[in-house]
Amino acid sequence: MADRGRLSTDPRKPWLKRHRWLLLRRFNQLGVLFMFLLGPLFGAWLVTGNLSSSMTLNILPLTDPLLLTQSMLSGSWPATTGFIGAGLVLLFYALLGGRVFCAWVCPVNLVTDLAAWLRRRLGIRGSARLSRNLRWWLLGLVLLLPVLTGTMVWEYVNPVSMLHRGLIFGIGWAWLILAAVFLYDLLIVSRGWCGHLCPVGACYAAIGVAAPVHIAAPRRDQCDDCLDCFKVCPEPQVIKPALKGRTLRSDGRQDPVIDSIDCTKCGRCIEVCDRDVFGLRLGWRGNR
Amino acid sequence: MNRREFVLSSARTAATVSLLGLGLSLYSRQASSLPAWALRPPGALPEADFHGACIRCGLCVRACPFDMLHLARLGQNIPTGTPYFIAREAGCEMCEDIPCVAACPSNALDHGLTDINDADMGLAIVSDQEACIAFQGLRCEVCFNICPIRGDAIRLEYRHSERPGQRALFIPVVHAEHCTGCGKCEEACILEEAAIRVLPRHLIQGKLAQHERLNSDGGL
Repeated sequence: MADRGRLSTDPRKPWLKRHRWLLLRRFNQLGVLFMFLLGPLFGAWLVTGNLSSSMTLNILPLTDPLLLTQSMLSGSWPATTGFIGAGLVLLFYALLGGRVFCAWVCPVNLVTDLAAWLRRRLGIRGSARLSRNLRWWLLGLVLLLPVLTGTMVWEYVNPVSMLHRGLIFGIGWAWLILAAVFLYDLLIVSRGWCGHLCPVGACYAAIGVAAPVHIAAPRRDQCDDCLDCFKVCPEPQVIKPALKGRTLRSDGRQDPVIDSIDCTKCGRCIEVCDRDVFGLRLGWRGNR
Repeated sequence: MNRREFVLSSARTAATVSLLGLGLSLYSRQASSLPAWALRPPGALPEADFHGACIRCGLCVRACPFDMLHLARLGQNIPTGTPYFIAREAGCEMCEDIPCVAACPSNALDHGLTDINDADMGLAIVSDQEACIAFQGLRCEVCFNICPIRGDAIRLEYRHSERPGQRALFIPVVHAEHCTGCGKCEEACILEEAAIRVLPRHLIQGKLAQHERLNSDGGL
């Protein structure tokens, strides 16, 4: 095991191969952001709006289902484009896995990944204990407050929409909220925001509960316990059942699939593993 | 974990989250107040409903062909992420097809608004008669002429001048039933600080109590 949280790098594995998922993911995150910025920066309005709700090429509406739900819970009835947009987003993440949004689209991931990377580089080990279930409580709160107050209370603090809207429409003082998230992740709780608190991520996790896309550990017998996958994983608790678990499937074989809805499918475990333990696995629950 | 521990830890979490909810709700009461100088786009729901309905996507801002709508930023005294315009900077041009409303996915801008002349963004008021040059006998009439509902929302009313050598005053008078609060008058006012302004209707409009009726001779 490498010192101070650093990864054990096998020199025989090329750098590009160790970072191919990460590069793809950054390309996607920045690409989505770039599409939204084409209009404000260069006057090419392919995509308008922001992640809360957008319109692509005047034909494809996409709406955040959690926001539309809050809007409805406050007592209002959305327009047709809102329903269509939310339906398309629901369908997309129900098929791909909800937290794919977190790892591949959400701009806050850039901030929290930076904090996690710095944590590893600087060898910051301490972390306050916090339940990863807190996000479900917060999701409940986010849905309850519009009912009680008639106001979309969460949107006054939500770092996800604050950052994305801020980058496109002007950020004001919202960068302070992102700075708070960064420092909290860096110094107080490891993977503290995305992995413990964010109700947006929790909502997307619930949306992807039956998705047929999974990370699996089919070559788990090759594992040499270097713990690299646990170090890079934003939700390390999801790995253990697939990698070390003794649960058997109905046909009596070991089930190496990461089944937790918390898995963001970032693919980091696949590429950091020198023994190529992990891989993608497609298939509906029950017949994979 | 036994049952007692489970109940206790759940109660702890519930209490923490409730306190957080209380704090957020109290903050949102402050954060939801719209200053009188910021106006909502046409078709906006009443302010109290608007904060619940609007999902802060900015599609109305992008749909506006005149680029006069903005999304509030954190730190401005306007609910963060919601659309507004400032009449003095640029009023609403009152497009017939109301593209901002059509773009709204949440109905925070009510799709029931189909005639822009029914919009209610605010109400104009000649707020400073001492500064307005029409009251000094000069024929300005800029607000009257720029008004999109010309001759109805702002009418020029003739008044006899008390000053020697001056025959008449042409006074701009706003008629509330026609004014949409588009803000073009405030934008166009030639003074350094506008003498006519658009404010939320409830701040300036009077109303008779229901049991009071005007007699035919005009008395109560």
